[in-house]
Amino acid sequence: MSTDVTAKSPAPAPPGKSGGAAADGLLQLVMDGMRRNMRQYGMLIALGLIVVLFAVWTDGDLLLPRNVSNLVLQNSYILILAIGMMLVIIAGHIDLSVGSLTAFVGSMAAVFMVKQDLPWPLAVVLCLAVGAVAGAVQGFFIAYGGIPSFIVTLAGMLIFRGLTEIFLEGQTLGPFPEGLQKAANGFLPEVGPNTNYHNLTLLLGFAMIAFVIFQEVRDRRRQQEFDLDVPPTKLFLLKLVAIGAAVLTLTMLLASYKGAPIVLLILGVLLVGFGYVMRNAIIGRHIYAIGGNLPAAKLSGVKDKKVTFLVFLNMGMLAALAGLVFAARFNAASPKAGLNFELEAIAASFIGGASMSGGVGTVLGAIIGGLVLGVLNNGMNLVGIGTDWQQVIKGMVLLAAVGFDVWNKRKVGS
Amino acid sequence: MAGPVLEMRSIVKTFPGVKALSDVTLTVRQGEVHAICGENGAGKSTLMKVLSGLHPHGTYEGDILFEGEVCQFKDIRASEERGIVIIHQELALVPYLSLAENIFLGNEHATRGIISWTETLRHATELLRRVGLADHPDTRVADIGVGKQQLVEIAKALSKKVKLLILDEPTAALNDEDSGKLLELILELKKQGITSIIISHKLNEIRKVADSVTILRDGQTIETLDVKAEETTEDRIISGMVGRDLENRFPERSPHEPEEGAAPALEIRGWTVHHPIDQQRKVCDDVSLHVRRGEIVGIAGLMGAGRTELAMSVFGRTYGRYAGGTVLKDGKEIRTKSVPEAVKHGIAYVTEDRKHYGLNLIDTINRNISLSALGKVAKRGVVDEHEERQVAEGFRKSMNIKAPTVFEPVGKLSGGNQQKVVLSKWIFSGPDVLILDEPTRGIDVGAKYEIYTVIDQLAAQGKAVVFISSELPELLGMCDRIYTMAAGRLTGEFSRAEASQQSLMRQMTKDKEVTR
Repeated sequence: MSTDVTAKSPAPAPPGKSGGAAADGLLQLVMDGMRRNMRQYGMLIALGLIVVLFAVWTDGDLLLPRNVSNLVLQNSYILILAIGMMLVIIAGHIDLSVGSLTAFVGSMAAVFMVKQDLPWPLAVVLCLAVGAVAGAVQGFFIAYGGIPSFIVTLAGMLIFRGLTEIFLEGQTLGPFPEGLQKAANGFLPEVGPNTNYHNLTLLLGFAMIAFVIFQEVRDRRRQQEFDLDVPPTKLFLLKLVAIGAAVLTLTMLLASYKGAPIVLLILGVLLVGFGYVMRNAIIGRHIYAIGGNLPAAKLSGVKDKKVTFLVFLNMGMLAALAGLVFAARFNAASPKAGLNFELEAIAASFIGGASMSGGVGTVLGAIIGGLVLGVLNNGMNLVGIGTDWQQVIKGMVLLAAVGFDVWNKRKVGS
Repeated sequence: MAGPVLEMRSIVKTFPGVKALSDVTLTVRQGEVHAICGENGAGKSTLMKVLSGLHPHGTYEGDILFEGEVCQFKDIRASEERGIVIIHQELALVPYLSLAENIFLGNEHATRGIISWTETLRHATELLRRVGLADHPDTRVADIGVGKQQLVEIAKALSKKVKLLILDEPTAALNDEDSGKLLELILELKKQGITSIIISHKLNEIRKVADSVTILRDGQTIETLDVKAEETTEDRIISGMVGRDLENRFPERSPHEPEEGAAPALEIRGWTVHHPIDQQRKVCDDVSLHVRRGEIVGIAGLMGAGRTELAMSVFGRTYGRYAGGTVLKDGKEIRTKSVPEAVKHGIAYVTEDRKHYGLNLIDTINRNISLSALGKVAKRGVVDEHEERQVAEGFRKSMNIKAPTVFEPVGKLSGGNQQKVVLSKWIFSGPDVLILDEPTRGIDVGAKYEIYTVIDQLAAQGKAVVFISSELPELLGMCDRIYTMAAGRLTGEFSRAEASQQSLMRQMTKDKEVTR
């Protein structure tokens, strides 16, 4: 939890809040903190710059409430995949099958709901189970069969794509029940008096700010209880103000349109949940350990096979979720759905700080990486850059992000 | 003796924030074997990198004179053209290429880009013979042992018309037999007029092959001694390295008094393990031993004697194929089929290869320490980070781990401090029995003493310690009892009073021919 939040703090750090010499000291502290976590802050700053660039370029259209809402919906499935992919990459593996699996689950959803007329909540559960099973099968071959994940998931990529076409007989199937469409495309319901803002979204935003402050203060108190050094009070307050400002801005933006999209809530839960697991749960530590040094993890009593298996099972389930969201958003299952999604998710993870050799990365990083790509997509669409050049630019951003990291490490290393 | 072939004058090399070399002077005479020794971090490797052009001219201050000329090497190629070849600690051979291909890698016998294999094979055979290898040049590097690989490296150096050969800890990974061969070869090359610089921790080797020794400490030349001179004793060299007399290389130990009647903390009976690939070979053959609480028991043996294999197979069957034997803890038979089971029964194994098997180098000190016992700082599967950090801080202070915070990546620490982290990790798991495999390998004298002190404290707290080591003096200095192993068998058991280097070595080399 606290990583997620710490990483957010310096981005909107407004200078000039405190004056004179005190500001210098504070700036110094912020800079020190950033240097320690260069890759993630670097990308956060890059994300900020990209947002500012396109906001100016589109005369503010990028930050219109409607567009922000749209941006979230457009990128939700990639972000969901990126979270799972980050875990896979941290564990020292790769998953090439998620794009095909997304399409496959979409086709299953269509079969369940359109052909069989099953109630949609049941169909959703079945689809998630299908994804989990697909992930588990791949995970079994990787963890217990000892076949490299690149090979297994490359095979999976072909198999699931083929199965999708078989199930859909090459056709596009739709439409989906209204309930599912609402869940994937809709917004939180409106309650209470008319305030020109979306009340529930506002409430949720305030609750979240209160929760974060409560968590941070409690965390700080615990640290002091254990006699550990805590960051200076000034820095702590700045962090709280920064987080509060960021959450408040997003809340107001969304609340002045139709409110928070339901998918955003799902994403938020996934981000906080997986962020917490990766940082604080034993299984999370074990994922970092097997990616960082597998033999050492084994000799420390980490059940490496089980952990690998679970990581792929989880990836399969998240791919199923992404598949459902995607299919519901376009209200149809298509054999060409999810094309290149695996590449987008992998790119998001690497932009967000993962390492080819495993053992490094955070869930928040995956989200930041995904947002960098998402804002680029959206911004370039708004200013009318064609998809051909969009790909070229995204490729260069990936190269630049990882290149910067390599360069930065070398500078620090020698 | 001839005049100097190499002079390095007032070399200063700074890295951002650190002065690695401040005023190092080194003079190597023509045709001699010149040893360089010093604690880890004294600047030995940096000095050799400056000499070989790995740190190019312009990144350091001072002059290098080779054969009387000032040299300004811009890269390794430039120094190799002058006949200066460095062989690094980590071998730089490609495992799946043949010996011949490796020897001429980057230096192929070729015309217009096409390799002449007849010429390559002829020349390779000749070079391999010169270093005393009878293997066919088509053999893959992966199929020969580390000792032979080291010789192939030297053959590679010879192919480059080497005049000055630099060996960075050449015997660190070799057993005594291979070390002996290598040292013989260095002396043989000396007869052929090749000058050598050898960096080594092993003082007995230095005494065996070197003509003179230069001691570095904290990036400075302390002194150059004539090894053949009477007063150059091992203690003399050590005191130069550490800057103080090391009268007591080991902490004072009060001998262990066995409790009558109590069952040993750990007992192994009839332990037999087969080699993981070669099923016919027994790496441990009917080994039985025991260790009591508060006791430090050594296992001495040459490389390949089966000590690590024994320890790892007992610790969760992490090596080889189990073929028989039982493990008893406090007199009761226990299952140690997996690492978690072994840990649960209070057994800890501190590996000899901390970089590969002991640590996650890219992760921080606190997370490395807690890894094997995360449950102790967690509730319902959730780690309490503050408690974890406090635990790590405790170890940082008590073990004297030199790092600014516990959030430092372990990969940035020196060997000695890394070893302290591995030890902390296993002490934190709360074991009754600690199996320490070469706990002082590759770390400097000062850190060694600290590790010995920790081991002594562990025994004093009533833990049973199994101490595996290739350095007989440290076994003799630390252990209450010492077992010897040779070719997978237990060949002897000595009390502290009975044990001596000679008596141990006799048992360590016993039965070798019979069982092979």
